[in-house]
Amino acid sequence: MAMELMPISNGVAVSRKKVPHLSFRDFADQTIQMVSDGGKVVQFFAYPDEGGKVRLMTVLRKSGDLFAAGCDAPDVYPALSAEATCFHLFEREIAEQYGIRPDGHPWLKMVRYHANYRGVTDVFGNDYAEDIPGRYPYYTVSGEGVHEVAVGPVHAGVIEPGHFRFNCIGERVLNLEIQLGYQHRGIEPLLTTVDPKRLSAITENIAGDTTIGHSLCHAQAMEALMGLVPDDGAQTLRTLSLELERLANHVGDLGAISGDVAFLPPANYCGRMRGDFLNMTLLICGNRFGKGLVRAGGVRFSLTEDLRHELAGRLGELKPQVRHVLSLLMNTPSVRARLEDCGRVSFEDADNLGLVGPAGRACGHPYDVRRVFPTAGYTRLDIPEYSESTGDVWARVSVRCQEVLQSIGIVESLLETAVDTTPVHTLPKIGIAADSLVVTLNEAWRGEASHCILTDSAGRLLRYKIKDPSFHNWHGLSMALRNTGISDFPLNNKSHNLSYCGFDV
Amino acid sequence: MLSILKNRFEQGYRTSGYPKTPVCLPARYRGRPELNMDAPVDVIHACADVCPQEAIDPVAKTLDMGRCMFCGDCERIADGRFVRFTQNYEIAVAKKTDLVTKGTLPDLARHAKQHFKKYFGRSLQLRQVSAGGCNACEADLNVLSTPFFDLARFGINFVASPRHADGMVVTGPVSRNMKTALLQTYEAIPEPKVVIAAGCCALSGGPFQGSPEITEGLDRLLPVDLFIPGCPPHPMTHLHALLSFFK
Repeated sequence: MAMELMPISNGVAVSRKKVPHLSFRDFADQTIQMVSDGGKVVQFFAYPDEGGKVRLMTVLRKSGDLFAAGCDAPDVYPALSAEATCFHLFEREIAEQYGIRPDGHPWLKMVRYHANYRGVTDVFGNDYAEDIPGRYPYYTVSGEGVHEVAVGPVHAGVIEPGHFRFNCIGERVLNLEIQLGYQHRGIEPLLTTVDPKRLSAITENIAGDTTIGHSLCHAQAMEALMGLVPDDGAQTLRTLSLELERLANHVGDLGAISGDVAFLPPANYCGRMRGDFLNMTLLICGNRFGKGLVRAGGVRFSLTEDLRHELAGRLGELKPQVRHVLSLLMNTPSVRARLEDCGRVSFEDADNLGLVGPAGRACGHPYDVRRVFPTAGYTRLDIPEYSESTGDVWARVSVRCQEVLQSIGIVESLLETAVDTTPVHTLPKIGIAADSLVVTLNEAWRGEASHCILTDSAGRLLRYKIKDPSFHNWHGLSMALRNTGISDFPLNNKSHNLSYCGFDV
Repeated sequence: MLSILKNRFEQGYRTSGYPKTPVCLPARYRGRPELNMDAPVDVIHACADVCPQEAIDPVAKTLDMGRCMFCGDCERIADGRFVRFTQNYEIAVAKKTDLVTKGTLPDLARHAKQHFKKYFGRSLQLRQVSAGGCNACEADLNVLSTPFFDLARFGINFVASPRHADGMVVTGPVSRNMKTALLQTYEAIPEPKVVIAAGCCALSGGPFQGSPEITEGLDRLLPVDLFIPGCPPHPMTHLHALLSFFK
């Protein structure tokens, strides 16, 4: 079969006219072919083209290259999920957003619970005047000793809402079904209708713990469409803050995992050290999560020499503390005994589901956007290929410990020389490239985050598609729970620590 | 064991002396805004125009801290000639109208409902409900339990069940899909109860204003006793608000 998907680059806008517009059959065949050859889905979504036609667009990645193609969306089509698992959630999302039915889909259920954008008949038969939970199915199990545990949406801690339905036999989990959507804010359609001055404020609030990851994706997409080029200093500061974000989240979660196995010293120390990393971001931009730092064209704050030395000093003090606490955590036999062989996800399952980030690397998939599709300062950094093989909680914890040490090294090296950047202010009043497609990818701390923007013939945003890494990885958590004791749910959950709001958008 | 002890010594004692000893935030932190009433009209309009949140009323010369995300665009565009953000993080208010400010805020401790201090002054148990936000507010509420802030030393805790709670802290713009669960949680809390709205989203819908999927302000659904501005509010803002309002 002739290859017709078009190679594109991370963060480079292309004319939509150049993106191959295939027949649906060719589109489906080639997409499935690429996935069965080891390709992975980065984006797969529907959009309303000018003139009212609904179209499909896919962006795939395969061994270091990105490919795009589109087609007209049929109202009903044979589900790609029947051929390849990784389309499963994307097809449900397309059905929910645009009322397109994938026939033969193995589990055609709503994703976030909202009426479709076209006002056509709902694929799921839901009445959205009715509040969530509406009428939709859950997996059911029956037989002696079989029972269900339902948790949420309001959880016991200070955390985001979601519904978890455990099908159990005794203490053993047969299946965990995760129903999200409670955090749905309608961000994607909002972005195409608001005054452009609101764009960065909205995108940095997709997921607060991934503020830098998502605002980088957004800024790079806007830069590609507006022809803006951030200066070197801005690239360095972006890289530095993305690594600080990774550090804060990994350190915090490692502490939480320690708390979950009732080993309290690292739990408390990590909680405190996480704050120290957030406070480094606060020092740079006045906000602990990096809100207000990244803007199209660069960054809003400079890194003065005083600030650089202050940050280097703080990191120098923190580094041995972090090393010692992580070593205490990893070398305590009772901790290790709880983490090893707990919640194992196989290499094959991770491959089929397309798990990304630490969740994927824990299962032997070394994919890392920083190495494969580098942007910002990563083009100048050497990110080693690294993965664990066991796919259990221990592997996820090990990967995250490694990344903490690696990120400290990156931040240290970036702080060695002066960072010179001219801060940018508001979005410049210049036009946005018309009839264009741009896709951006960044390795946020949970893995591959991606934004995709399509513009219309007048240079307005036609479609804004957001994909948080959690969109791939929530199913990894479900798989980890299979045949695992229900009391090990917290460990598996924390070792993934996925985003509800990033998923729900 | 030796390793545990070594780490313990290395970590040291970290709990802040607040409120007895002050905590200062860095220069780039943006807290309570100060407004210059003598600023030229065109400067004020420029500030209002640049605001992504339409938080500035150029005619009344006010800034609505309920809508403000403290991004600082208004300060930067006019070099602070109209709005200047101070490092003062004590910005919570008890009345929604007090969020609209010219730069001065009422003393929260004196404006607090006195019966709350009587009921909850020695022990306050709160149920947090996250309803559609970005999880940053939740994260900066969670850190109140870490050693630096150590909220429990003031007799304030977050609890798992609304039945055990004296009140509710709500974050997020109350998404349509969370509304029922939020209202049911409120119902489950015994009287007398407190409702705290934390963060720009819970105060006004935040950056998601205009989306049909959210509520533009928790006070449209429930009576709110305490409003904590910020995106997210700094943990010190939370701490100051809780201590001033209830202690």
